[in-house]
Amino acid sequence: MGYEEPVTDYDKIVENCTCAFCGSNCDDLDCLVKDNHVVAVRHACRLGASKIMEDEDQRLKVPMMRNENGELVEVEWETALDAAAELIANSVRPLFYGWSETSIEAMKPGLELTELVGAVIDNQATICHGPTVQAVQNVGYPLMTLGEVKNRADMVVYTGSNPMNAHPRHLSRYTTFPKGWFRKRGRYDRTLVTWDPKYSDTAKLSDIWIPFEENGDYEFVNAIRAVLKGKKLKKDVIAGIPTEDIYELTEKMKNTQFGALFFGLGLTHTLSKQRNIDIAIQLVQDLNKYTKWVLLPMRGHFNVNGFNIFMSYEMGFPYGVDFCRGYPRYMIGETTTIDLLNRKEADVFLVIAADPGAHFPSGANMHLVDIPVIQIDIHWGPTTELADIVLPGTFIGVETAGTSYRMDSVPLNMKKAIDPPETCREDEWIVTELLNRVKKIKEASK
Amino acid sequence: MEYILKNGIVYDPINEVNGEKKDVMFKDGKIVDNVSDSAKVLDVTDKLVMPAGVDVHCHLAGPKLCLGRLYRPEDERRGVKPKTDITRAETGFSIPSCPATGYRYSRMGYGTVVEAAVPPLEAKHTHEEIIAIPNIDIPTLPLFGNNWFVLQFVKEGNIEDLAAFVSAWLKITKGYGVKLVNPCGSEAWGWGMNVHGIDDPAPYWDVTAREVIRGLAEANEMLGLPHSIHVHPNDLGHPGNFPTTLNTIDCMKDIKKNSEYRNQTIHLTHAQFHCYDGTSWRDVTSGVEPVADYINKHDHVTMDMGQVTLDETTTMTADGPMEYDLYELTGLKWANKDIELETASGLVPFIYSGRNPVHSLQWAIGLELALTIKDTWKVALTTDSPNAGPFIRYPRVISWLMSNQRRMEMMDNKEVHSWAARKSSLATLDRDYDFYDIATITRAGPSKIYGFEDRGHLGVGALADIAVYDLEPNNFDPSINAAAVEQAFGNALYTIKDGEVLVKDGEIVKVVSSRHVWSNVQGFEDEEKRVIEQIMPMFNKYYTVKFENYKVHDHYAEPSCEYKINASK
Ligand code: SF4
Ligand SMILES: [Zn+2]
Repeated sequence: MGYEEPVTDYDKIVENCTCAFCGSNCDDLDCLVKDNHVVAVRHACRLGASKIMEDEDQRLKVPMMRNENGELVEVEWETALDAAAELIANSVRPLFYGWSETSIEAMKPGLELTELVGAVIDNQATICHGPTVQAVQNVGYPLMTLGEVKNRADMVVYTGSNPMNAHPRHLSRYTTFPKGWFRKRGRYDRTLVTWDPKYSDTAKLSDIWIPFEENGDYEFVNAIRAVLKGKKLKKDVIAGIPTEDIYELTEKMKNTQFGALFFGLGLTHTLSKQRNIDIAIQLVQDLNKYTKWVLLPMRGHFNVNGFNIFMSYEMGFPYGVDFCRGYPRYMIGETTTIDLLNRKEADVFLVIAADPGAHFPSGANMHLVDIPVIQIDIHWGPTTELADIVLPGTFIGVETAGTSYRMDSVPLNMKKAIDPPETCREDEWIVTELLNRVKKIKEASK
Repeated sequence: MEYILKNGIVYDPINEVNGEKKDVMFKDGKIVDNVSDSAKVLDVTDKLVMPAGVDVHCHLAGPKLCLGRLYRPEDERRGVKPKTDITRAETGFSIPSCPATGYRYSRMGYGTVVEAAVPPLEAKHTHEEIIAIPNIDIPTLPLFGNNWFVLQFVKEGNIEDLAAFVSAWLKITKGYGVKLVNPCGSEAWGWGMNVHGIDDPAPYWDVTAREVIRGLAEANEMLGLPHSIHVHPNDLGHPGNFPTTLNTIDCMKDIKKNSEYRNQTIHLTHAQFHCYDGTSWRDVTSGVEPVADYINKHDHVTMDMGQVTLDETTTMTADGPMEYDLYELTGLKWANKDIELETASGLVPFIYSGRNPVHSLQWAIGLELALTIKDTWKVALTTDSPNAGPFIRYPRVISWLMSNQRRMEMMDNKEVHSWAARKSSLATLDRDYDFYDIATITRAGPSKIYGFEDRGHLGVGALADIAVYDLEPNNFDPSINAAAVEQAFGNALYTIKDGEVLVKDGEIVKVVSSRHVWSNVQGFEDEEKRVIEQIMPMFNKYYTVKFENYKVHDHYAEPSCEYKINASK
């Protein structure tokens, strides 16, 4: 990418907008607006900026329903909402999935609808950091907000994630480069470490790169814990890493003043799944006997954590919550989306702000072909190909204000910068409409 | 709507009504002294009537709670109740879901519950939870005791700017009063350390707890806030910590009070955890005597119990280092959450048991405190919920306070370990609380401690927040009927909030939104503006959010109950 001239032709700047892309939720974006379009975004990384500026690309703009020929055709809002409400009201095992790229305000009526019809409600955690949540429930969760890392950390470890590509401003805004209260020289005051089989862009920037072999995570972390506990390692090479390197690294981790471990799906989804996270958490807990260590999962969507928080305070469980018995149940493998679809249990699928068409295993998607799918989203995607009813939402954080929770659970009020397209409706409005219509149908049939 | 609550036996200590048979009338949400003939009559002849309960200290909404729920599904699966036509489903025992929290307090006859620890950076989260909790008014206490701006102002001895900062931050967080948790110790936890005693400075800051406590107290009084500083002292839960507790309250004795309604300048919270003598868990004994003696002789202190209820529960506090100690002690899953520039916090599940000597001693110490402090206006009933036990156990704690017979039975029957009797004076205390005392420690006293002139009593003009219990004080001896006392206080015959019947016969009959109760200080606006400008460079550099996005916007705190405070300067 060559040099681009700065954009000078704009009507106004909307300051301090929150990026609605990755879980870093950068809230320092300045949107340059002209004719109700964002023509440039200051401070955002390329991922964030392109998502905000190219919002018109493949945009879902009108409500649609599939006709007899199987084609999606434009319909009135009334028609689409009524049809969707009918499907939900008459279903036996409705499943409401997604929610990680919409606001808490939209989740509220969503949960009310779930409770009303006895549905299952679930979010992307079910396919991403679900194992993390399981591990946390096993062994604990020593966390911090990102500013703690900025102000105190002298060692930062990334594993199973490549923030330089997936959370591009994570290092520059929060963990590694910024100057902190106790780290006045920023990057120079910190040791950056990457544990990853791949020589990722993050590894390239790091002071120490530990390329353990694929699926070697558990063994590698276990070895550090053993060394920490004063045990002697009996092999020369563990998980592809020479043991002297493990001794050296352990010593460094022990003698750091404030260490932070960040892990991503590379850790949650390799061979040992939640056991990888179990042991990583326990390592951090052990290290606190010597010095200060904390950890944080690298959450992907800007509000995937928000849904887990929202569900926990409203109903006591973080995701995969089943209301069919009139009270919430949470049983991984029973009440979680992929399992419900694989067992062909769900008979109506509402998906909001998520793209299962792109992310679910094919077995689960095959069942989605067989049952009615209602999609609430802003962009055309693989899920649209599966959808029977499409309800176009608005872009949270750009066109509609709302609440989100950053990966470290800091709540943010996301502003709006421009008005949404006239034919679209806010997610909160759409879900509330569905709720009210389903209520009416239920009351009429009493 | 007009009502007349007829022929109840009324306990209203603020108005010195002690078990009189009388009618209570209310109209449009307020207590009045007469109503028209068309008033609706609620016949409560001979039943126990009190103002609705006011809880001085509970953890019921916010990030710690939520982390607890997320990582303890085993707790959420206790206390599950299906939805009804009126109520949503309930989950949780020690960390109930938000709806369950509201229903349970309401069923116990409570109307106001203080959320005792709010990290300002995540105050929005607390307010979001308050929106999800029905039926009670909720004031919140933002955490100030380890805040970096506070540490700086204290270091400079700049009380005026500190006061302006507190005033501004109460507006920003929609908070009610000033909370300190392990001052300087939670900052030390940023490095995995702690401080011990009130003269041990926070690393790198060269500021001590004594200075922070006094500084915030002076600021608090300069603003004339309705509540005093609310202090969780250093060294919580350590054997031999009672001198720290004494030093904490004693260092306050020359601070001048600036409030007509409350008596104290410092509220000592969950005192049970701060009254241990000895040097280790082997030789620990009760340290109640010197602390109770001090409180008996001085009027600038109030306290709440932090009574251990002998349940499996979840501990959670901004005292991060204490939670790590607890994890090392129990090995149970440790969670932690440090908040930039503001505080630490941690969680560990805990299984209190009457078979355990230490837990039994803790149980005895809480009761010993309440029974040896003579003036009940200085005592408030709490379990530091969920730390020493869940709030749904308040009725049981009431039954213990009202019955020496029951306490002796527990010690004699080995429901608690012999340490309870051997290492505390509980077995020698035959005092029984009466209904007036109970009304004092669960509603009148708490509302006075908080400066709530409009609640905690049944005088004309007060909020019509009323509880009626299915006991007949004139035909009933609580000192020999502990089980009946517990049953009655757990299932109000009526809970009335703002003049509306929310509970009837122990069941929720109506659900209303909770109000966010906060203090809006008037008269410090210029100072606030100047201080905010002054600290903004530091804010922008070291926080990771923008100031504009930091504050609690008005819509997170609706419906609100705002108290305008005229700062006297
Ligand atoms: S790092 Fe993430 S949140 Fe920040 S600008 Fe980039 S995509 Fe947006
Ligand atoms: Zn507390």
